[in-house]
Amino acid sequence: MTLTVSMTVNGESVSADVEPRTLLVQMLREHLGLTGTHVGCDTSQCGTCVVHVNGESLKSCTMLAVQAEGADVTTIEGVADGETLHPMQQAFHENHGLQCGFCTPGMIMSSLDLVKNNPDPSEREIREWLEGNLCRCTGYHNIVKSIDAGAKAMRS
Amino acid sequence: MSSLDTTETGVGTSLPRADARDKVTGRAQYIADMVRPGMLYAAIHGSTVAHARIKGYDCNEALAVPGVACVLTGKDFPDGRMGAFIKDEHAIAKDKVRYLGEPVAVVAAEDESTARRAAALVRMEYEDLPVVATPEEAMADGAAVVHEGLTDYFKVFPVICGGNIASETSIEEGDVESAWDDCDIIVEGEFETPAQAHLSIEPVGALAEIDAEGRVTLWSANQSVFRVQANVCESLQLPMSKLRSLTPKVGAGFGNKMEPHVQPLVVQLALKTGRPVKLILNRVEDFEIVRARHPFKIRCKTGARKDGTLVARELEAILDCGAYGDDSPGVLGYSLLMSRGPYRIPNCRCHGKLVYTNRMRFGAFRGFGNPQVTFATEQQLDEIAELLGIDSFDLREKNIMQPGDRWFGGGEVASNGLAECLGKAKAASDWRAAGTRAPTTSGTRRALGVAACAHISGLLGTGAIVRLLEDGSVVLNTGAVDIGQGSDTVLTQMCASTLKVPADRVAIASPDTDGSPYNWGTTASRVTYTTGRSVVAASEVVAGQIKQQASEIFECAVEDLELRDGGRVGIVGVPDRELTYFEISARAHWAAGGPIVGSDTWVFDQPSVDPKRAVATGLPFPQIGVYSFGCLVVAVEIDETTGKTEVTDVWSAMDVGKAINPGSVEGQIEGGFVQGMGFALTEEMVFDGPRLVNPSMLDYKVPTTLDSPLEIESIIVEAAEPDGPFGAKGVGEVGLVPVPAAIANAVAAATRCRQRRLPIIPERVLNGMLEQSVEN
Repeated sequence: MTLTVSMTVNGESVSADVEPRTLLVQMLREHLGLTGTHVGCDTSQCGTCVVHVNGESLKSCTMLAVQAEGADVTTIEGVADGETLHPMQQAFHENHGLQCGFCTPGMIMSSLDLVKNNPDPSEREIREWLEGNLCRCTGYHNIVKSIDAGAKAMRS
Repeated sequence: MSSLDTTETGVGTSLPRADARDKVTGRAQYIADMVRPGMLYAAIHGSTVAHARIKGYDCNEALAVPGVACVLTGKDFPDGRMGAFIKDEHAIAKDKVRYLGEPVAVVAAEDESTARRAAALVRMEYEDLPVVATPEEAMADGAAVVHEGLTDYFKVFPVICGGNIASETSIEEGDVESAWDDCDIIVEGEFETPAQAHLSIEPVGALAEIDAEGRVTLWSANQSVFRVQANVCESLQLPMSKLRSLTPKVGAGFGNKMEPHVQPLVVQLALKTGRPVKLILNRVEDFEIVRARHPFKIRCKTGARKDGTLVARELEAILDCGAYGDDSPGVLGYSLLMSRGPYRIPNCRCHGKLVYTNRMRFGAFRGFGNPQVTFATEQQLDEIAELLGIDSFDLREKNIMQPGDRWFGGGEVASNGLAECLGKAKAASDWRAAGTRAPTTSGTRRALGVAACAHISGLLGTGAIVRLLEDGSVVLNTGAVDIGQGSDTVLTQMCASTLKVPADRVAIASPDTDGSPYNWGTTASRVTYTTGRSVVAASEVVAGQIKQQASEIFECAVEDLELRDGGRVGIVGVPDRELTYFEISARAHWAAGGPIVGSDTWVFDQPSVDPKRAVATGLPFPQIGVYSFGCLVVAVEIDETTGKTEVTDVWSAMDVGKAINPGSVEGQIEGGFVQGMGFALTEEMVFDGPRLVNPSMLDYKVPTTLDSPLEIESIIVEAAEPDGPFGAKGVGEVGLVPVPAAIANAVAAATRCRQRRLPIIPERVLNGMLEQSVEN
């Protein structure tokens, strides 16, 4: 059995026929080809699948596609303005805020939600917000630095 | 062309990594993102028993599931065996299973959920065998034997083995037995470290397809397209020329993606079905069937004179090999070579056994056995310092290897920046004032801890091909897989600096066994040093050809020519007599000389053991590499109520020869520190007999943003390696090696209780503090 689900993803109306058990992350990756949203675990720990649903960050493995019916979804592919990187993407780029890059989309999507509500987060606030995004390469040091720099760029 | 000139992007600059834009926009493609036309999805049926003979298969139910294209079992696989040192492993279990979860059947279906559903329906008939879950059980008299055919397996070096002992190694230098008499003080202890999961955030996976001629193209998450090719072809008995191995972006590898995982399975499915087949492990499978860091049990004994002079060391190690040899004989041999540490200890003897058990295979993991032995040896230095009333730094400074000193076993060490590492870490951490600083939180105890170490970069063969394209831009092709650590960027910078072009004029070819020069792999902290050497040499060949072309055009001697920033060649002292690489390359392609290509290959060949100085038996590495050194100081605060250890400050001074990209070097130091901190404080793969009980991120705890220290001060020391590219040597592993030891030394200083077992969880620290308070 499949259901037709419709939503807005990165500003475009989309729909797909999915099984009821299909997760939002599966629909994004497998039906819409938006593979910038990653899967690193089966237990909602890793945070590589974070997207925005109706403006709030969410692990897209914790929501069924059918629950996102009618929602406004933004993925990492929808963050840049054409070829111009978003200041937060630019900050990760310049501050060595990534190594293998697998956690990076989730990190950026989480940090954008943080900065939306808290334009000038302290280092502690950044670390508390990102506790659900795991990185095994960087030791987080440059990720925190990148978000601090990205937030600063977004304020100016 | 970019406005950036060579000096802004070349060697010594923190150029952002070449693929950062791809990664921050989500465009970077990893193995799970790949789709091929007509592709099938595969799933594994893993063994439900740890040690048994396979008596039969029933695949009928699985085959009856709509959408299933193929079910293969051990009977459908060739009899080839693979293994880096001991060829003991089939592509899939045949006749016998040796660990829980070991693949016994694989299914390919139209979609992943169908494949997984069908895989669960494969029925197996087993005849149980006694299980040996630990090295102690496996070494007991009459223990069940994991590999009955061990004696007959092909081995790449003269392995000392028998029963469940997969490999046995010993090294001795000096006269340990009589040296104990020269010691005023001897410390002795037993140390234990658990299995650590690599946990690269990307689970492993592979995708294979075949063409009409039967030739295989294989993409996979890997650290070496060449090791993938070798392992698949050995286990499936294919000629290597029939398989092309490629790589998408790799979501990190810390050793887990160096040797094979699921590649042989997808290749066999693709060969049988004629369709592309992809297999991506879920996280539980990735935990259970890939590989992990070896559990070590170490007995260590160190003796010194009253003045702190180290005299003798003896170390014995027992490593749990797991069910298959994989990289394990190398880890054993290497860990023993590291057992003296970077010190002058004239009498040193070490011995180790690698023991097959019915657990998942253990293998290479960042540090390659060195963090485990360093955990023991660096704690014993602190024990000696304390007993003799000598400061920990003073004791180390008194005994460290000096420039010109040889490594344990007699290998030459051409560069040694250890003294500077110690000096800088001591100064940065304000070591002398440590005792006067109060904890930042009440109810905690604060202390500093130190550990020093060294680690190699090197091993085996590598190469580079540099091509000047018609327009004067450059393609660099090395076959080295960038697993996220940034080698593409660093190698590009070396090539760009040698040819004096901006880095963005050098493109890097993706590793491809059809077209890249051989590269053993991204492992052993080796790419910057070994591949970098080839990159510089191949670039110099290109520079020579450019000058040759220019000399013919200008009718001057080659010696009178120089390369100039921005990619030009001109006559020395005559600024306006110059040509662009475009003009040079056009002539080479269309008129005279032929297209410009430079190549270089080499293999590390400096001996590790000097038979005049040391006796080694069962050692798999005749030539290991050059040495990076390091000194780490950490500050910890321990909660007196809970026993929880928090690392608050880190000063990590690492001798990397030359930082080609300082930003990337710092990234390696920071990332290595936090991974080592996880090993020290929270990470443990817990086994109940042969069964891993915590194969999920829910129950296996890696450090998060909140667990990681706010400040990690990376201090780069540059004692140039004479034959290193621009003086560089490796940094991938050395930053992790001293972490558990330094943290344990800090914990001991704070609690007066030594932790000889990892991880240093609150319960153990609290018990230690309670015992102290009872004793006092």
